[in-house]
Amino acid sequence: MRLQGKANMRKSLILLALAGALLSTTAFAAPRTDLTIGIQLEPTNLDPTTGGAAAAIRTVTNLNVFNGLTRIDKDGAVQPDLATSWDISPDGLTYTFHLKTDVKFSDGTPFSADDVKWTLDRDRGADSKSAQKQLFAAIASVDVVDPATVKITLSQPQGDLPYNLGWGDAVIVSQKTAETNVTNPIGTGPYILGEWVKADHLTLVPNPNYAGTKPALDKVTFKFISDPTAASSAVQAGDVDVFSGFPAPELLEQFKSNPDFQVIVGSSQGETIVAMNNAHPPLDNVKVREAIAHAIDRKAIIDGAQFGYGTPIGSFYPPGDPAYVDLTDLSNYDPAKSKQMLADAGVTDLTLTFKVPPAAYARASAPIIQQELADVGVKVNVVNVEWADWIANVFQGAYDYDLTMVSHVEANDFAAFGKPGYYPNYKADALNKLVADLNATTDPAKQISIKQDIQKQLANDFAAIYVFELPNITVANKDVQGLWVNAPQPTTDLSAISWKE
Amino acid sequence: MSSYLAGRVASLILSLLVASIVIFVILEVLPGDPAQFILGMNARPDTLAALRTQLGLDGPAFMRYFGWVLGMLHGDFGLSYTYRVPVSELIVQRIGVSLPLAVYALALTLLIAFPAGLLAAARRNSASDISVMGVTQLGVALPNFWFAIILVWVFAVTLHWFGAGGFPGWDKGFWFGIRALTLPAIALALPQASILARVMRSALLDTLEEDYIRTARAKGLTRAQTLWRHAVRNALIPVLTIIGLQFAFLLAGGIIIENVFTLPGLGRLIFQGITQRDLIVVKSVVMLLVFAVIFVNFLVDLSYLAVDPRLRRR
Repeated sequence: MRLQGKANMRKSLILLALAGALLSTTAFAAPRTDLTIGIQLEPTNLDPTTGGAAAAIRTVTNLNVFNGLTRIDKDGAVQPDLATSWDISPDGLTYTFHLKTDVKFSDGTPFSADDVKWTLDRDRGADSKSAQKQLFAAIASVDVVDPATVKITLSQPQGDLPYNLGWGDAVIVSQKTAETNVTNPIGTGPYILGEWVKADHLTLVPNPNYAGTKPALDKVTFKFISDPTAASSAVQAGDVDVFSGFPAPELLEQFKSNPDFQVIVGSSQGETIVAMNNAHPPLDNVKVREAIAHAIDRKAIIDGAQFGYGTPIGSFYPPGDPAYVDLTDLSNYDPAKSKQMLADAGVTDLTLTFKVPPAAYARASAPIIQQELADVGVKVNVVNVEWADWIANVFQGAYDYDLTMVSHVEANDFAAFGKPGYYPNYKADALNKLVADLNATTDPAKQISIKQDIQKQLANDFAAIYVFELPNITVANKDVQGLWVNAPQPTTDLSAISWKE
Repeated sequence: MSSYLAGRVASLILSLLVASIVIFVILEVLPGDPAQFILGMNARPDTLAALRTQLGLDGPAFMRYFGWVLGMLHGDFGLSYTYRVPVSELIVQRIGVSLPLAVYALALTLLIAFPAGLLAAARRNSASDISVMGVTQLGVALPNFWFAIILVWVFAVTLHWFGAGGFPGWDKGFWFGIRALTLPAIALALPQASILARVMRSALLDTLEEDYIRTARAKGLTRAQTLWRHAVRNALIPVLTIIGLQFAFLLAGGIIIENVFTLPGLGRLIFQGITQRDLIVVKSVVMLLVFAVIFVNFLVDLSYLAVDPRLRRR
């Protein structure tokens, strides 16, 4: 009895100690406020207005360090940012933006309408180094009405202006610090650059002059890991909490089956297409282009080259967008029909040169496409080229290709197809008319219906073979919340991210 | 000795001159425009022209060649097209990783190869000789990136003793830096140590068959004494040559290992520079590596003087 009492006492002491340990851990378990995010490519510099087209510049800076007049939210919709609201004149030619008044740049300089005018005038000026100068092409003048109001006058209507001003390229900078933003970015966002160890990582820390709501994270590290295997190891070893744009779809299963991780597969803006040179006979014949499109099995490519990750598309438009229509049936996989159409068009002994850039999706898809076209009697010579070579000789210059494969990763890039001299050499009169109509309207419902007509036009003209939308894959610690599923713009919205309690 | 030295110095300068011309010409004929690469697929002609002017990409080729060489002689390597910071700044940061890594890996190589080679040669055909030969055969045959991935898997992913990659920077503390370089240095050192141990063994075995070794033994020296006093020194010339080549390789050729461990070293700087057409970075770093390789070989030539007294009389 006595002995038992002793044992009981010991037991209750152990229980007490355990309870104490539990209590103390819960008491100290405030959510973490630091986060390490792996990304594949290092931003080459940190100035989205002059620093080149590299998406990583926006991934790090947009919404975090810099803000534009508007912002694109996680669903791809336009939201106010530095501008709280805007009025559009009835003719669609004048936009009046009303600005926030309590905003300062991180060096303490107050933000005002003068900064908006200076930045936009530089973006669209003769010496502009903007990689997306087309965003500002419709702007005729920018006028300061008062410190909190700016008026943008257009030379022709452009319904997408508020969207364009939400790109990471259209952020507002201060004239005083514009020259040094490449290495020391000074913006209006909740974060500033902490340290930058080149080729390894950079950190963002809170901006002391930020007037808005303080974000949950007070130290964010972006770690640059380009090798897919190394990226996977870094997530497994816990070196990074989140890997955004995870480069190894073949390694995803191990994370899906592990309860410590969450795998988020969303949609990007990357329409991956096999472009056909519409100027090279017989590809100038829409029937031949249609025949070739019917020879391509999207599912085989997505399974074979993308390990099943990717959404089939039937036109040049992202499935995540509200205006998307599924047109994949127009170019369904039907080799018999393909052969018949080629015979009807009088095409025999066709040999096509397929210039393949070094992107993983293209190199992996090329042999599949080569085989599928061989099945309908079209011989394909696969020629692997380097990016710089591709830009110089396929995208520009001699347009020296019949087929090529590339992902068009920018938002609303369908209009580019109609530009004279754009590499598919597509006869785009009908498309250009639709784009002009789209620009002329500011009514959201009408915009959606015209965007759908645009998709149908591109699909019916078989301007290219529309294969799949690149997935936006994120692998993260299960306790990280607020990560965007889709990537309507290259952005990491840190204010939305936090650790679970 | 002075004619030997003068010959070596002349060959050093000539090699550098030829290398600079070859590097410049190759990068000139490489397709692809850096400005187009920076501005991407939506770039407009007027923006491209403005950027080309800013980057100094217009002007005749020979003028740009002389500008580049003269700049380097003054220590000015120009401004990186993509990073927009002086190339010299990038190089200094990257050498801070590549040089310690090369030295670390070479030190491990020597620590493994010397005892292993000596042991194998001294006890030829014994069990220890056979096991050294077996292990080094394996070390030469294993691809070092595969070995590196196995190291990451065992020591980072499973045991969590090391990070899976990356480099925190030396300002975080010496030991943090050493820790980040340990797995890469082991991955680099293993194949090199295997090669060096085998070279060491066969060089020693060759010298052990020389007449003067027999004479030394006849004078009454023990096997160990002959090995240390006569054989090792005479076997050093081929070993030094290999060490020189290995150091140059470790400094310039670590790119695969740098990728596996995501280390910000010179190899990755060149690789990124080529893919992003940051030609000014590529030119300058390749030139620097050529210089390092030629200079290490020059030092090896000088070290022959220390080892081989006959060269000193020339």
